Amino acid sequence: MRAICLDAEDDFEGWRVAARSLAAIRIPAHEILWQVGGQPADLFGTVASPATATAPMAVPRDFVSLARQVILNRDPERFSLLYALLLRILDEPHSLQNRADRQLRRIEALHRSVRRDIHKMRAFVRFREVGEGKARRFVAWFEPEHHIVRANAAFFVERFTTMRWSILSPLGSIHWDGETLAEGPPAQRNQAMGDDPVEVVWKAYYSAIFNPARLMPNAMLKEMPKKYWKNMPETALIPGMIAGARERERGMLADARALPVKGYGAATIEGLREEARSCRRCPLWRPATQTVFGEGPHDARIMIIGEQPGDQEDQAGKAFVGPAGQVFDRALLAAGIDRASVYVTNAVKHFKFEPRGKRRIHARPNVGEIDACRWWVDQERAIVRPKLVIAMGATAARALTGRTMSVSSARGRPLILEDGTAAWITVHPSYLLRLPSEAEADEAFSQYVADLRGAVAKLEAA
Amino acid sequence: MAQLSLAEKLTILADAAKYDASCASSGAKRRNSRDGKGIGSTTGNGICHAYAPDGRCISLLKILLTNSCIFDCHYCINRSSSNVRRARFTVDEVVDLTLDFYRRNYIEGLFLSSGIINTPNYTMEQIVRVAKTLREDHDFRGYIHLKTIPDAAADLVTQAGLYADRVSINVELPTVGGLRRLAPEKSEVRIEGAMAKMRSAIEDGKDARKRYRSAPHFAPAGQSTQMIIGADAATDQDIVSRAAALYERFDLRRVYYSAFSPIPDASAVLPLKRPPLMREHRLYQSDWMIRFYNFAPHEVSAAADPATGMLPLDIDPKLAWALKFREHFPMDVNRASKNMLLRIPGLGVKAVDAILAARRWQKLRLDDIGRLTVSVRKIRPFIIAADWTPVVLADQANLLPMLRDKPVQLELFAS
Repeated sequence: MRAICLDAEDDFEGWRVAARSLAAIRIPAHEILWQVGGQPADLFGTVASPATATAPMAVPRDFVSLARQVILNRDPERFSLLYALLLRILDEPHSLQNRADRQLRRIEALHRSVRRDIHKMRAFVRFREVGEGKARRFVAWFEPEHHIVRANAAFFVERFTTMRWSILSPLGSIHWDGETLAEGPPAQRNQAMGDDPVEVVWKAYYSAIFNPARLMPNAMLKEMPKKYWKNMPETALIPGMIAGARERERGMLADARALPVKGYGAATIEGLREEARSCRRCPLWRPATQTVFGEGPHDARIMIIGEQPGDQEDQAGKAFVGPAGQVFDRALLAAGIDRASVYVTNAVKHFKFEPRGKRRIHARPNVGEIDACRWWVDQERAIVRPKLVIAMGATAARALTGRTMSVSSARGRPLILEDGTAAWITVHPSYLLRLPSEAEADEAFSQYVADLRGAVAKLEAA
Repeated sequence: MAQLSLAEKLTILADAAKYDASCASSGAKRRNSRDGKGIGSTTGNGICHAYAPDGRCISLLKILLTNSCIFDCHYCINRSSSNVRRARFTVDEVVDLTLDFYRRNYIEGLFLSSGIINTPNYTMEQIVRVAKTLREDHDFRGYIHLKTIPDAAADLVTQAGLYADRVSINVELPTVGGLRRLAPEKSEVRIEGAMAKMRSAIEDGKDARKRYRSAPHFAPAGQSTQMIIGADAATDQDIVSRAAALYERFDLRRVYYSAFSPIPDASAVLPLKRPPLMREHRLYQSDWMIRFYNFAPHEVSAAADPATGMLPLDIDPKLAWALKFREHFPMDVNRASKNMLLRIPGLGVKAVDAILAARRWQKLRLDDIGRLTVSVRKIRPFIIAADWTPVVLADQANLLPMLRDKPVQLELFAS
């Protein structure tokens, strides 16, 4: 057993010189005890003779740069692992390329950990300004996982050349006076304490740049593990920011809902109509001729929602112009509602049909199609902001509420929507066309008119 | 209005900038201050100096010069009709803040954007002045990203490119219809015109550097753009093809996707919903498929649901593609080309490179692959290794439940 004493935990040169001479005579890895500083701890150990000049040893350049960083790892086995790898690549240089190799994977894991630590030090060192004028200095406290402080000095020198700074750590410290780099002994945290007024400004920035509507604490923790938190001024704010996020987001939504519409009138419904022309939110656009969008005054007090365009509407591009539209018009007239004062639209904006010979037979939109089209209905409602919404048929009811309900059970009483608007459910006029007997149709028609009239009367009374 | 303190202004003007998704500080030319002048360095790779609880990194001081704006874009919190508090930084305030934060190692540099005040030229001039003061008066060598104003004069935009590492111009929305409706004062013709001009200025700059070593760097980290997701009716397929066209036409470094968040004082025409974060995530993954895995845009689109045009939310788009085109799998990791290996769901670029290097020396077994990847369980059905031949994919009906991640918390709250 031979013991090799290295000068420091990150003494790459010492390891390199010793490893070279040992490898030259192929001393196996298990016969070497690597230790840092002092006298050999192993009683049976013999100190290797100081490196004698050996024949040049060719190793791949990749190995040298790998070893240089792996040495910085805290793992006590690193010297021995690297030496074993060195012995191996002297005989099989390609083994460095075989990344599936177990031995190499283990060393790469050490390497990764060092690289990450180096990167996190560059990221999370926080300087505090102390002193003024000529005495101005910047001091930081950092707790690295590995022996990286010395290796990382060059980065800070290049970035902060014109500043005077010190980075203190429990594993040693480095000091830059603007010209030379000095190394110092391990330090204590309280040596880097002090008030820096800029910290307050930085904290203000940190909390303001956070978007509470996107809370993802796990994504944050993955990159900024808690062990770094205690030395970063801004992290003290995190618990409060997370705790308040839901509340802030709710506030954002509530504020937005409560506000009256300002200044977006005609242009916006027109814009919505324009955009809906090329809607591809569900597959119904393919066979349909065109999008049939809502129509009516943009400040209408009443909005009426039907099911979807039929054959004639699809060709004309206008809502409620076919047979059901005629029933609808008659009912409005009977109920004393001026169609020109009402915003009329459909739950689904494309005609859904099954071709049967030359005819296109109306088909009921499914829930997915209705929900896809809610995108438009919601926005029409948000712009028009009607005082009263009348949904005709189950499809329209779903588009309004997002829930499936039966017309027979929901009609006849108001439904208060999320934003406080009153909604009434009634039948769709096309239902009246399908009733077998005239008597039934008449009865249903007057009931339908009564629904419309009743809803409007409630609105007037309110 | 009473004078606002610097911290108050910062609160307002950082808050107003938090909806911008872009954050990268990479791609700059290497610089340092070793010659004893100035301050700062760039290493080519940006450093994220902190992370916010929204999971996003903080690498730059990202602020607006002012959040006043003459435009009235509905999706934007700073639009002229919004009720938010307004504030405005002076040029010197931004310069001092940047330097103060930089010296303390809080940031990599500055990302400056602004609402449009007075005229586009006036605004652009102010933005450029900040960068110029930092670079010329303080010899600042950190990262600078400037948002340019599409309508500003060409020579101002040129100056921006000379001082900044990266410039960006937002396309705002993925569809022209959406832009017309939500940002009626902006025009895709002007935005794209500005991007085209920027592209040729960057190319001219590179060309000049080739001929004369003394030629100045012009936006060495290139240009990027951002679009807002979930405010208009665009499908994922629309977005993927739009992004691909932008990369192609303007040689962009990055397209950022920003899920539309409900904003205080939101315009009435916008959906008041939680931001579609998972959708945003899937779009970034689709972006990676094109940029790093050599998928063609139409192939990414093929991973979307043909009826709705949307990428699946429960699995990533590369896996969705693989499940749709099962005839390519299982793939022999000891023989397949790099391009094909990149298509195996669960294998990243690094793992593929490691496989290519390792298989020159040995036949790879399943164990070897396991050491090179994060989860061999997920890729197992898609590969053939020296000691492993899975059941033909098409025969396995229960594949999806096996591969799907456990639902994440995000979805519990999604509306």
